[in-house]
Amino acid sequence: MSIILILIPLLSFAAVLLSLLPLGKRFAPAITLMAGIGAFLLALLAVSQVVTAHRVITIPGWVELDGLSGVLLLLVAFLNATAALFSWGYLGAHVHQLHRIRSYCAHFNLFTFSLLLVPVLAQPALVWIAIEFTSLFSVLLVAFDNTHAALEAAWKYVALMFMGATVALLGFFILFWAQQKAGGGHYSWEGLRAVAGQMPSSLIKSAFILILIGLGAKVGFVPLHTWLPDAHSQAPSPVCALLSGIKTTNSLYCILRLVPLLISGHLQLWMQIVGLISAGVAAFLLLQVRDYKRLFAYSTVEHMGIIFVAAGFGISGNYSALLQMIGHSLTKSFCFYAAGLALLVLGTREIAAVRGLIRTSPFAAAMLLVGALAIGGAPPFAIFLSELSILRAGLEGKDYVTILLLAIFVTVAFFGILLQVNRMVFGEPSIPRDDHKKLPFTCALTLIIAGIPVLALGFYQPASLHTLLDLAAAQLTPVISP
Amino acid sequence: MNHPDAINWLQNLNALTGGLFLLTTFGLVAMRQVNACLRLFIAHSVFLSVSAFLLSGIYHTWHLVVIGVVDMVTKAIVIPWLLRRALRDEVYTRREITQALNIPTSLLAALGLTVVAYILSTPLLAVGDGLTLGLNLPIGLAGLLIGGLTAAVRREAVPLLLGLLAMENSAFFAGIGVAPEMPVIAEVSIAFDVVILVFIVGVLTQAVQEHIGTTEVGELTMLKEETKP
Repeated sequence: MSIILILIPLLSFAAVLLSLLPLGKRFAPAITLMAGIGAFLLALLAVSQVVTAHRVITIPGWVELDGLSGVLLLLVAFLNATAALFSWGYLGAHVHQLHRIRSYCAHFNLFTFSLLLVPVLAQPALVWIAIEFTSLFSVLLVAFDNTHAALEAAWKYVALMFMGATVALLGFFILFWAQQKAGGGHYSWEGLRAVAGQMPSSLIKSAFILILIGLGAKVGFVPLHTWLPDAHSQAPSPVCALLSGIKTTNSLYCILRLVPLLISGHLQLWMQIVGLISAGVAAFLLLQVRDYKRLFAYSTVEHMGIIFVAAGFGISGNYSALLQMIGHSLTKSFCFYAAGLALLVLGTREIAAVRGLIRTSPFAAAMLLVGALAIGGAPPFAIFLSELSILRAGLEGKDYVTILLLAIFVTVAFFGILLQVNRMVFGEPSIPRDDHKKLPFTCALTLIIAGIPVLALGFYQPASLHTLLDLAAAQLTPVISP
Repeated sequence: MNHPDAINWLQNLNALTGGLFLLTTFGLVAMRQVNACLRLFIAHSVFLSVSAFLLSGIYHTWHLVVIGVVDMVTKAIVIPWLLRRALRDEVYTRREITQALNIPTSLLAALGLTVVAYILSTPLLAVGDGLTLGLNLPIGLAGLLIGGLTAAVRREAVPLLLGLLAMENSAFFAGIGVAPEMPVIAEVSIAFDVVILVFIVGVLTQAVQEHIGTTEVGELTMLKEETKP
């Protein structure tokens, strides 16, 4: 049964080839959607095996799935399915030439193929390649609109992504060297854990710093975040949802994997500082944006910071960090679908140009408002619970200063997002209601489907999810205490 | 190749290759003409392959032979060919005069970065063993930093891309010294990854040229928070 792990990304890859076939306008989006749903069902099956057996192994040391990567796989697969559904409506409403539809679908599937590879691979060097593929295959999606802004964003994106990748590459070479010094074994996440205490401290530290800088650029940690609002706002909305919702998380997952290998008393403090800088700078940058997609992009930088701070609270924080990771992925994709819907209705990204959206398009306005409340951390949504549990973890660890600063930044970001969205949603409508312009049905459906877990996880956590998160948190726990 | 003299000889040759590798990295910062940059990059990649061959003799591992061959094929042949196909000849005969830093300053900065790389790698080399290692890591790290500098100061698309590729070459140069036993499948796919990068950047640059009418990507500064045109 463990062949599943290979099947999941292969499904997306098959969809790449099929979507290149010159069949009707609906063929490629349909294939994409089917691959998305198929991959999600298979991922559910694989993760349910992880919950019972703790680990699914296809090729030992190369293709494996444990609790931590299981959480990630589930998120990638869910977002892949919803983004594919949204793409159907987006392409129908926005893109009319057949060759552009085919090119979009081919790139979309290549992108999700690489996203799905990251969790199922267990060998760090291959994970590096998969992460690099997620960047490379999304470049042309960012540039898809072929406007000046989109091309500029794509250039900045590809240059910074590759710079980060090379720095991280050296880090992975040194990581391998460190493992060899400690007696070798399989170069896999598990093999590294097995020799965690014996690796020379100078090697493992420099490997971690190089990887933190390199992949940190991909996560969007301040000051390496400059490309993020550009790329995450210029891409087509379903791609934005994947970029912001899961691609950043994919890179962060890779960094978090290395944390338990380090033995250093100051590590937690440094993680909190790195996270706080990102959360703080992004929270204040949120206040001055003019473009509502950039608003949500900055919020991604903020949330990446929050997750890293939570992981810096040590053992009690790991569980909350994972909760926040899930909450962010689900909610941020929801926000971008809502923003995409608003963009389809309005045709502009400028916040200042939009007033009274609630009259122009009640559904889009309501969804945008729900998204803003959910991502800001208002009850009763998923992020409210996860932020509450981060607060508790921080108090348990007696990190009062960090918690105070984090609370301030979260509040600033909440008001920043709500202020801007409020301006758009209420007031005298700037664009008259146009009853002929109907919202694509699949786009609206995507918002309903994507909204269910955002709301449901605010009330209730299934027992199997709890087990999975416990398994994942165990992977983040250091093997040897400092 | 077990003879100590032979090993010593190989190590000296590797030191020479390392020196030439660093020299070509400096050249990439300083060279104004786009075409000359491309030729320097080819030399850069060839030195990387030569170092891989020499190290395979020292470490007695066939992995590095494979890596040397793959590198030679992808970076010295396929990538230059792809780049020349992707963009018009006019792009390559251009002389770049709009660097963000002038050439003497860039070279001075590159020199500073080399010293930084040496200082940074010294504590790591304390756990190392032998001369080869002591050579590849600081040179690779220096190349990584200088490549980053090149990508930062260049405004023309092709030299900027070559700066990025030089970074990757340098990471490899350090990598073959410290991790010669790295699984070959990983290293070969990394080379494959670079070819995809060049392909995608080629397509992107074509699009930029078509829609904006320039290949000076450093001039693209529209996306900002403060000012809107």
